[in-house]
Amino acid sequence: MKRKKEAGSSRRDCLKILAAAAGGVAAGVGGAKLVGRLGAPPSGPWLVLTQSEADLVDLVTEQIIPADEFGGASAAGVVNFIDQQLSGPYREQTQSYRAGLKRIEETSREMFGRVFEALQWDEQTRVLQALESGKASKKIWSDQDAAGFFRMVCDHTMQGYYGSPKHGGNRNYVSYRMMGLEYPRVIGQNRYDSV
Amino acid sequence: MSNKHVNAIVVGAGAGGGVVAKVLAEAGLSVVLLERGRWQNFHDTGDDELISQRSPKLTRAPGPENKPSRKAHEFDNGSYGVVTPNNVACVGSGTVTYGAQAWRFMPQDFRMKSIYGALDGSTLDDWPISYEDLEHCYDRAEWEVGVAGDDTANPFAGQRARSRPMPAFPYDREAQLLIPGMQRLGWHPFPIPMLRNSIPYGGRPQCIHMRTCCGYACPVNAKCGTQNTVIPAALATGLCELRTDAVVSEVMVDDQGRASGVKYFDINDRLQEQSADLVVLSASASGTARILLSSKSKLFPGGAGNNNDWVGRNLQGHCYVGAFGLMNEQVYEEAGPGASVAFCDFNHGNPGLHGGGMLANDFIIMPYSFTHQRPAGAARWGIAHKKFQREQYKHFIRVVGPVQEMPVFDNRVMLDPQKRDYWGIPLLRTSGTKHPHDAEIGQFIAGKAEQLLQEVGAKSIQRSAPSPASRRSAGGGQHQAGTCRMGDDPKSSVTNRYGQLHGIDNLFVADGSLNVANGGFNPVLTIMALGFWVGEYIAREWRGGGRFRT
Repeated sequence: MKRKKEAGSSRRDCLKILAAAAGGVAAGVGGAKLVGRLGAPPSGPWLVLTQSEADLVDLVTEQIIPADEFGGASAAGVVNFIDQQLSGPYREQTQSYRAGLKRIEETSREMFGRVFEALQWDEQTRVLQALESGKASKKIWSDQDAAGFFRMVCDHTMQGYYGSPKHGGNRNYVSYRMMGLEYPRVIGQNRYDSV
Repeated sequence: MSNKHVNAIVVGAGAGGGVVAKVLAEAGLSVVLLERGRWQNFHDTGDDELISQRSPKLTRAPGPENKPSRKAHEFDNGSYGVVTPNNVACVGSGTVTYGAQAWRFMPQDFRMKSIYGALDGSTLDDWPISYEDLEHCYDRAEWEVGVAGDDTANPFAGQRARSRPMPAFPYDREAQLLIPGMQRLGWHPFPIPMLRNSIPYGGRPQCIHMRTCCGYACPVNAKCGTQNTVIPAALATGLCELRTDAVVSEVMVDDQGRASGVKYFDINDRLQEQSADLVVLSASASGTARILLSSKSKLFPGGAGNNNDWVGRNLQGHCYVGAFGLMNEQVYEEAGPGASVAFCDFNHGNPGLHGGGMLANDFIIMPYSFTHQRPAGAARWGIAHKKFQREQYKHFIRVVGPVQEMPVFDNRVMLDPQKRDYWGIPLLRTSGTKHPHDAEIGQFIAGKAEQLLQEVGAKSIQRSAPSPASRRSAGGGQHQAGTCRMGDDPKSSVTNRYGQLHGIDNLFVADGSLNVANGGFNPVLTIMALGFWVGEYIAREWRGGGRFRT
């Protein structure tokens, strides 16, 4: 599941986008085709998470929004979104993430004898279902609400995948493309085909 | 530092205060308009869902820079905690980012007690003024701020002297789908009136149909707020000075019981005093009550105008109820903003209910917010959730509306006894429990939304309304109102029929605080109308003999 590191590629891709955008405006076309494609989201450096925490968040969020013919949370950079927000608006949730991620590993070991990263897809799903349903070990989750933690991660994953790319997620507007929404919005240039 | 004495101070540059500033400045009074926020425009938020006022996840409401606004709030389980309120503070306030539905209340909304009688546990009452009294003020709001709409198909609307200045917006795809259903049910659909330009108006262009509208500033100023209409008009007189970043802590009331001015903290957190012949508070139902309660003086030891303990009482908001469903055909269109058709068949006259509410199709829901819209039992995550997001987004239709809330004496804004904000002002504290009848009305109205969706063939219909059995804390929520009720009897109200405080002749309120009952509608046009109502009274008295001069 781990992403390949593509060091140095994002800058080149940005330049490509700028060129495409300039060409698009000069040719007078609508907004929908202005954006080129970036590569995979960067795998660090992280602002708040450790590398192993980031790897785990990447796996957990991919369970929440898996890839199909459209990329999932991992390709959309949801972990990048979460890391970025933990250094800003969600900084008060950092401790909750640290503790909750450790407990996911413990729950995983208790249920299947292995860390989360080593589990099969369906086993990972069952660990998260245990959290969600409140059936995860009360000994492990003694002073943290497993269901509440999972709900929070789930909501942050939705924000990262479906929110604006400027916050670190929704890479290449993957969710907008999937839902068939025009992107990006260019004031005065979108065509509103249905009007 | 001493500030030059002026005729009038208006506190709060929102829907009410922006209007009052214009009326007073045009009447020749020198005015200082104090606003705790700043100018706010499209570029501050763009079309970013996560920092919009519709779903502010990564931001808080605009307000004084880097000084988080806080309030103490009673939660549903009865405990108290400190929360960040959603109240916007900026020039124009909520009118910068609102959905801009431009409702007049119905004549019945002003006569609730006469029509329905008393209700146990509620302070439900008539307004001291009627719809007819306020009609010309609604008209001014429609013309001087700008409203597009057409009531010809709405048999429940009050009489009006003339039509609105702009034609109604054409129906969107959802409306076209819902209207035949409404007609088969014998209901009366009509276009939602909007404070938004359907044609160029007031020197601003017509709407460009952003899908991000409600919760967002308009990139081309086609949405009509006080920040791009009446406030610039007030400034253009040369008599009104707007001071942003000004956080008012109290009204100064002298030993003779007259308001002499206000104290406020400026952008550098310095305490300033501004004196004036009269003061108008338009700081919202929570902010205005808080300022009055903080304004302690010899004759009003419990806060200005509070000798009968009515300031901050009867806090109301609006519970939004309705239903959503899924259509076989696509109902989504790129051209926004949604919210196109409404019906008022169930605002009044519902058997056994004290009121009701308007229902309308909703504003376009953006992708993140849509992740929470699921029928009962649907997956909340995983591949099934993603598929639903992809396959149903453009088939989702929602009919919602605000229902009347019954005023309750113990639902209130008060000062927190211990906690203070950044400036040392006691925190505003909201407490109390909603009247159980609200949920009964809500269930009835949501049932009508459900019935309509069934009629047009929607599947997976999901009702949204509070359970009458659940305890729900008051808090105000959206459309907060009622905390400085107007009335003829000083023992059971805070101001007279002109928003003038009982016992303090030169202190006024002009915002939703005055609302005796809050209607089954978005209240902003009523707040603007009250701004004209109070402003006109002050201007008339001023011209007639300088009654407020010190």
